[in-house]
Amino acid sequence: MTIREGEPLLRVEGLSKSFMVSGGMFRAPRELKALQDISFTVRPNETLGIVGESGCGKSTLGRSILQLLRPELGRVVWLGQDLVATRGEVLRKKRKDVQIIFQDPLASLNPRMTVGEIIAEPLRSLMPELNGAERRAKVAETMKAVHLSPDMVNRYPHEFSGGQAQRIGIARALITGPKLIVCDEPVSALDVSIQAQILNLLAELKERMGLTLIFISHNLSVVRHVSDRIMVLYLGRVVELADGEQLYLHPRHPYTRALLASVPIPDPRRARGRDLKGLSGEIPSPIDQPSGCAFRTRCPYAVAPCAEVRPPLEAVPNHGDVACHRWREIGE
Amino acid sequence: MLVKSRTATLAEDGFARLPEKGRSLWADALSRFARNRAAMMGVIILALVILFMALGPLLGRWTIEKIDWDVMGMVAEKGMPSLETGHYFGTDDVGRDLYSRVIQGIGMSLMAGLVSAGVAVAIGTFYGAVSGYFGGRIDSAMMRFVDILYAVPTMFLVIVILMMFGRTVEVLFVSLGAISWMGLARVVRGQTIALRHREFVEAAVAGGARPLAIVYRHVLPNLLGLVAVYASLLIPDMIMVESFLSFLGLGIQDPNTSLGMLISEGSATMMYGTLWQLAFPLFFFVLILFSLYFVGDGLRDALDPKDR
Repeated sequence: MTIREGEPLLRVEGLSKSFMVSGGMFRAPRELKALQDISFTVRPNETLGIVGESGCGKSTLGRSILQLLRPELGRVVWLGQDLVATRGEVLRKKRKDVQIIFQDPLASLNPRMTVGEIIAEPLRSLMPELNGAERRAKVAETMKAVHLSPDMVNRYPHEFSGGQAQRIGIARALITGPKLIVCDEPVSALDVSIQAQILNLLAELKERMGLTLIFISHNLSVVRHVSDRIMVLYLGRVVELADGEQLYLHPRHPYTRALLASVPIPDPRRARGRDLKGLSGEIPSPIDQPSGCAFRTRCPYAVAPCAEVRPPLEAVPNHGDVACHRWREIGE
Repeated sequence: MLVKSRTATLAEDGFARLPEKGRSLWADALSRFARNRAAMMGVIILALVILFMALGPLLGRWTIEKIDWDVMGMVAEKGMPSLETGHYFGTDDVGRDLYSRVIQGIGMSLMAGLVSAGVAVAIGTFYGAVSGYFGGRIDSAMMRFVDILYAVPTMFLVIVILMMFGRTVEVLFVSLGAISWMGLARVVRGQTIALRHREFVEAAVAGGARPLAIVYRHVLPNLLGLVAVYASLLIPDMIMVESFLSFLGLGIQDPNTSLGMLISEGSATMMYGTLWQLAFPLFFFVLILFSLYFVGDGLRDALDPKDR
């Protein structure tokens, strides 16, 4: 399982996931398309940021990569093996390599288990060859790695603050020595002062353990802070994928521009100077999606053809990929 | 200086000090329960009643079926409670000792409550957990079956079962449990579904836990509080139903007795001046039900998930 130079760690191809939503007893269930034809790669040791409004499929994507939700279409190729096609024991064994950190730190910890039991659980499941003492040593080591005192192993989750609980979640994700960690809004539920601590901890761990991260968030400033590349989702589709700084300084897709415009600037004098157009209106329902370009209903640049043909994801020179008919005209 | 650096290395070692003890949710609930006066009162009264049931026969001078020929026919005059005759609670209408009969009745009623509630909890928890965990078609089919059972008049069903399998105590208790599990099954199913979608269960799946381990380590422990509360409130209900059946003459059979039966007999002779025949069994009946309901309420308050 060596990683060859230049080869992606994870390759997602044409991933689609939908849910059936029942409309009541006498109405036919309708299809909610949460993810549609998503493709991207993750390179070793990078952090890929995934942003979008709530309901755009960010979390569904994270869970589909881990096969916590099974996508209907597409492949999730992890080091050459398609996880979508694996199941049972084969898939279970793979879980050692890919882990997840959840948004709500307390909800992701079983209230009836001690912290030690929670952190040790993946070891019990995936490395049964370890004995009790080895397991305890590993738990203590991992707790120290996330700056938790190993003295607290016998405490219960409700005795911890949100930030500490998230460290427990991180320790649980780290303990099997994974290569990739999907961070599903890991700081959204935390106080701003704690957010920075957790972000710094993730950066530190990434550096020290050579981790690769997929960082899902609706908060652009947070994603910018941690990501090498950023993927923007809108209604379950990729609208733009580019290097972090490039995406920030020269957003190509109108949606990305609008998202950036909505980031508050702490300096009012500077804020006055920018001419980015903000977003108006609500995100359309993923059950009744607009024809053509999904963003056209809210797009300030939309023209007639946008309603007819869905823009494909095109490679933009020196930038990345953009899914917009008018990216050339709109310019940088 | 030397001492200080030593403590520092000890602290870094992590396990050199004894790890702090955590407070589990159970310990929390227990302390909440202990602070609840009504519930603690219920526990104490129940303990006293059980103590009376265990030690009472040592003082008794009559068995449950022995008829006191001196009293027979003159119950109102000679059968009143008295230390002299050894009939501490008096005698019943045919001259049998009410003291020993009440003791047996308490035992029978508590047994009815425990066994029937136990049967209901076992069936209901298993049924609900399976239905909720597997979901989909299995869930729909299982729940429709519960709906159908709900539509059947249960008292009628118990009577039919008793006629079919014989009127023994065992059949009575089991059939009472067998008609009372549906409510619990529904509650457990709902909770299981909620638990299945909780993030810690997803985290366990991501951590490579097998399905059985998930049920065992994550679903069941989190169901236990709910089941405990439901069971504790089911016990008095079962006692009530058993008493009702016995009151109608369909439950326990002579010479065995239960509180419901004694109350029935006592109420039949109310107008003959033998009120003690009603008063003693009724007193214990009310006492037991009150304390059980208080304990159940206390448990619910202590284990209420909203309180966390």
